[in-house]
Amino acid sequence: MTETWLLRNLRAVRGRAYPRIVGANRELSWVFFDVTLPLLTVAAYAYIYKFMNAPSELIGFVILGGAMTAFWLNILWSMASQLYWEKETGNLSLFMIAPISRMSILAGMAVGGLFFTTLRAASTMIIGVVVFGIALDMSQPLMLISVFVVTMIALYGMGMMFASLYLMFGREAYHVSNLMTEPIYLASGFYFPVKLLGFWAAAGASIIPITLGLDALRQLFYPVTGTQYQFLSADIELAILAVLCLVFILLSKLSLDYMEKLGKQTGRLTLRWQ
Amino acid sequence: MQPAVETKSLTRVFHPKKKKEGKSVTALDSVDLTVERGELFGLLGPNGAGKTTMLKILSTLLLPTKGTAHVAGYDVAKDFYEVRRRINMISGGEISGYGLLTVRENLWMFSQFYGIRNEIAFRRIDEMLELFGMTDKKNEKVRTLSTGQRQKMNVIRGFVTDPEIIFLDEPTLGLDVNASRVIRSYIVDWVRKKDANRTVLLTTHYMAEADELCDRIAIIDGGKILACDTPKNLKKLVRMNRTFKLDVTLMQDKSSLGSIKGVENFTFIDDSEKELTSLKFVLTDESAVSDIVSLVLGRGAKILSLQKTEPTLEDVFIKMVGRGFE
Repeated sequence: MTETWLLRNLRAVRGRAYPRIVGANRELSWVFFDVTLPLLTVAAYAYIYKFMNAPSELIGFVILGGAMTAFWLNILWSMASQLYWEKETGNLSLFMIAPISRMSILAGMAVGGLFFTTLRAASTMIIGVVVFGIALDMSQPLMLISVFVVTMIALYGMGMMFASLYLMFGREAYHVSNLMTEPIYLASGFYFPVKLLGFWAAAGASIIPITLGLDALRQLFYPVTGTQYQFLSADIELAILAVLCLVFILLSKLSLDYMEKLGKQTGRLTLRWQ
Repeated sequence: MQPAVETKSLTRVFHPKKKKEGKSVTALDSVDLTVERGELFGLLGPNGAGKTTMLKILSTLLLPTKGTAHVAGYDVAKDFYEVRRRINMISGGEISGYGLLTVRENLWMFSQFYGIRNEIAFRRIDEMLELFGMTDKKNEKVRTLSTGQRQKMNVIRGFVTDPEIIFLDEPTLGLDVNASRVIRSYIVDWVRKKDANRTVLLTTHYMAEADELCDRIAIIDGGKILACDTPKNLKKLVRMNRTFKLDVTLMQDKSSLGSIKGVENFTFIDDSEKELTSLKFVLTDESAVSDIVSLVLGRGAKILSLQKTEPTLEDVFIKMVGRGFE
């Protein structure tokens, strides 16, 4: 790996991330669609907890879950389907003839998507915390950052893998996205502690990195209630997430290579109607 | 130095996903082709002739089914990374890029996939925007551009990476005269730049474009190269024959015009608005003209004009393929 090769690929990551970092924030409609609307769902759950006189930490759980839905939606509807759209618009063939690793394109999409979504998720989180007057424990900042970063790498690694798979399956993949929206909200415990589903259901849902990431973040933001409802300890969840990072990034590379090979053999990479 | 492009027995067959979806299609059939460095080479053929498939293989997007293809001396199937470092591609009607980005941002983004440093990328982008008369559009969002402006941006995208070899797939498709002229002029200037050793492989189905731009042309149809030479030499292939253009009042029955003795090829265009039929004949024997005239008059049409024309690439194409593009 030469310095030139590395630099070229780093520039490619920056180039592909740019439209999401800059372009996607040019239209302020995102404030309504990506922040206000999710807050309404969060508010509904929060009022249910309030009505039941549940501990305020549980409202914090919901706000955190509501903020994390932005990442899951970004994975399903943007990251996973992006290569398919790039094919439809003709960008994909231009990416493919560029002298760079295809992983740089996916990494650029992931970095851009992560930035773009973090902005939305943070807005939801801050407004939710302020509106409902919820306190957050910030006594373990390093662990918090580690869990968040590792969760995001694993999650976007999964998104990179989905991107190749969606491209291979074409329009059919949209049904998968539909099937993976609300069911994953439930299975991953976006609005309640995943432990309540029982060990095996929670263990199965842990293949989605956000399940363990959310559980670990709840333990860190709410050491008492979070630990009381924890699925696994935050340390173990962090370790599993680190393994998931490697697994998903490896799988995304393999699926991308397979997709490219298949595309070159069948023409499906470049022929829009196939 | 290795040729810019060299193919040997290049074959590409597309198989349907499922057998019941139809037959396999042979898009390229044992194509042998050499394009030398510094050439502006044209692939001329109708839709479905195999031009785009050829470019997709040369640009590493498709694998050959059989045979080999080398670009700048590198095998497109094995050394695709080396090939990609040396090429770029532009397609007509392309809608690449992101509508929310400005023209300058879009061009910069694509330059990043070739690892071009910012200062070099922006300098080239600004120079090319100036050349294409697009400076005033550089900060406009791409989605606000007209078709012509968008295609000019696409052309800049392809050339801004300063490739050794560029593949142009119908680059002026659907553009107005002015936009086409600007693009053609740039292509010629780019490839002729002294000591640059640049090569263009252009596909088009515009005969005049191929005639105007190309050093050599290969006529392709049904996946086979039917002829390959300079436009001048290709026209010599039909020089022995005579081409006559006959404008007559709208003529419904044109049967048997093509079967008159001495007529090698016959095409026509009806213009019902002008109530005019343009007949075009390639003759092996000029005496056939009197038989044609008699037949036309016998069908009740009036002759408006009769012209003997120099052979064009279209005539060459008709001779080679046995039919026109339409």
